[in-house]
Amino acid sequence: MTISATAASIRNARPRGSLGNRLRKRYFSTPVNTSISVVGLAIMAWVIWTAFEWAVLNAVWRSPDGTSQVCRGIDGACWAVINVRWRLILFGLFPFEEQWRSTIACIVIVVVAILSCVPVFWKPVRLAGLWVAGFALFYSFISGGIFDMPYVGPSEWGGLTLTVFFYAAGVLIGMPLAICLALMRRSELPVIAVTTGLFIDVVRSLPLVTILFTAALVLPFVLPSFLIGDKIWRVIIGFALFFAVYQAEIIRSGIQSLPKGQEEAAKALGLSYWQRTTRIILPQAFRRALPPTINQFVITFKETALIVIIGFFDVLASGKAAFGSGEWSFAWVEVYCFVAMIYFVFVFSLSRYGVYLEHRLRVGKL
Amino acid sequence: MSTLLNSRRFRNVAIQAGFVVIILVVVVSAVIIGRQNLQAQGATSGFAFLHRATGFELGFSLIETGPFDSFGRFLLAGLLNTIFLGMIGIVLANVVGLTVAVLRTANNGALNAIGTMYIETFRNIPMILQALFWYALLTSLPAPKQAYHLLDLAFFSSRGLYLPGLNVTGAAAAIFFLLLAAGVVASVCFSISRRFKSMPNVRRSRIRWTVLAAGVLLGIVALAYGRVPDTPVLSIPELRGLNIRDGVRIPPELASLAIAMAVYGGAFIAEVIRAGFISVGKGQVEAAHALGLAPWHVFSRVRLPLAIRAVLPTLINQYVWLFKATTLGIAVGFADFFAVVSVSISQAGQTLELIGILMLGFLVMNNIIAFVLNRVNKAIALKGTQLRV
Repeated sequence: MTISATAASIRNARPRGSLGNRLRKRYFSTPVNTSISVVGLAIMAWVIWTAFEWAVLNAVWRSPDGTSQVCRGIDGACWAVINVRWRLILFGLFPFEEQWRSTIACIVIVVVAILSCVPVFWKPVRLAGLWVAGFALFYSFISGGIFDMPYVGPSEWGGLTLTVFFYAAGVLIGMPLAICLALMRRSELPVIAVTTGLFIDVVRSLPLVTILFTAALVLPFVLPSFLIGDKIWRVIIGFALFFAVYQAEIIRSGIQSLPKGQEEAAKALGLSYWQRTTRIILPQAFRRALPPTINQFVITFKETALIVIIGFFDVLASGKAAFGSGEWSFAWVEVYCFVAMIYFVFVFSLSRYGVYLEHRLRVGKL
Repeated sequence: MSTLLNSRRFRNVAIQAGFVVIILVVVVSAVIIGRQNLQAQGATSGFAFLHRATGFELGFSLIETGPFDSFGRFLLAGLLNTIFLGMIGIVLANVVGLTVAVLRTANNGALNAIGTMYIETFRNIPMILQALFWYALLTSLPAPKQAYHLLDLAFFSSRGLYLPGLNVTGAAAAIFFLLLAAGVVASVCFSISRRFKSMPNVRRSRIRWTVLAAGVLLGIVALAYGRVPDTPVLSIPELRGLNIRDGVRIPPELASLAIAMAVYGGAFIAEVIRAGFISVGKGQVEAAHALGLAPWHVFSRVRLPLAIRAVLPTLINQYVWLFKATTLGIAVGFADFFAVVSVSISQAGQTLELIGILMLGFLVMNNIIAFVLNRVNKAIALKGTQLRV
């Protein structure tokens, strides 16, 4: 928050005046500046034009016969591969006739995510209700087994829906866990505080891949058989745990940035620990920790891509499969660009929302 | 009884005891179940497997490894690969980050736009996707026979990048870089240590350069000592038959990860350093200008040091995080520590021991990075509380 707040103050300090005046000041103030501007703008124009030429002007959009024949010897992008293989990229190995369910499930989660960005839902009960309902709907659509929808097991889930599912489940489980860890680390009981602190620090210094790997391969060794469950749930728990330790530190820093008087005043009023925590401390701490929390959400979305390594068929893995089979093997640039675009849309909109929230926070509307 | 329950001290002790008991129960039951499972499979636990021969090979290794070498040696090779890749990646990411940060804070709209475009593009795409992209790009370069080349000195082919190098043994090269690093670290430590602050500036500068020169000279001696006999000093890559011989080969696995770390990590580091530049007081820069310092000196002596000092704690977190990103090696087939451990698990079957080694390795490495850099941070941080204007 401090970073962008300072950035804003710098931005405001820039010369105001007519557009021409500002342009002159920022681009053409001195001869050196002018030449840098010209060269810089030329480079940018060249990059953008080359990309545009490749991606739009010279591109092949569809393949009439479904083969890669149309893309032989062209200068531009071969988007025909997306046209032919988009179902594989978006749905992975999900049964063909049931892919509408995967679509609806994905839309449900995205709608719930968008709804929870609306201030009306910013009450703990409403937010929790929204997410539990959305998640139940999502799960019944993707898993099936009710209302004549055939059952589809987790091993067949894939593509974008799996990525979104991983993300939603990880954050949903991780958030309460993070609050618990943050409160335990700040506990007045030394044994609990020290143990939790040690746990958080150890998990934080491990790479996410090792934790996912441990959850997938090692946990079945040491868990009693009734707790083992499906691999996907173990990995989600590992993912949630990793999210939780980082988020716990963010919440803790939010709590610590509160003036001491808040807690003391609450104590003086005779509020119990739970009343103090849920009514006084946490609401304010969350408000203070909002910018890093959004940042953590953004990073966590990108980290879902790591489940490829554990052998899940998420949007990245299904993209790899889309050009993996001989015929389209030359089209890796197009497929990677398409997958990158998908991630970009999610991550960029999330981080723009974070910027909007920070702005609201500054003008005191939150 | 009720008085006992109402006593705060008793309650606190009881809660903590319960907490400890729960943890103990979880740990002990995990150990018991793990042992049962191992016995059911007829596997033996313990670290004896570290001396067994592995039977597989590593694609890239700084020390010599072969299928008859032990698991212990392979793990060491993986660890060295991780450290090697981490150092290259972090250094490159810093270079990229500093450049982009300068672009974004420059007093020129076009440069700002280029910096912003870079950051918004590369920060919003997962690093594993970027690593896979660079790997696909590097392996789809032409075969050695048609490789792109630069004045016949450097070759860019699908088998890797070939650069001119020296005909020295690997150990000598390693010692050279270690001595070089030791020289740099020693001279930096000398510069920032408070103990020598009272020395006259001329003497301090002389000692600083002597220490650095000693490191370089000792390194060169090591190189001369480790020269492969009966070969020319320089090893220049050249096309012979279907392959490229001599020179230093940078495999596409290593290069793609290093590029991905530099590009993705650089975007994050750029934002951190930019925040540092913004936090430098306007008065500082104006004072430097007023004293008549050249623009380069204003940057290198005033803005950069103050910016780094302001954001070093954040940068340390970024370095630790970037170091952990070396585990993506497994996605492109680079034999980093995690990849070696995961192959060893499938070969040796000692899952628990190997995961333990893996976690311990990262715990130690990351804490060393954090510890050293935190010491540096403490040494250069402003002492006491002061108002920043």
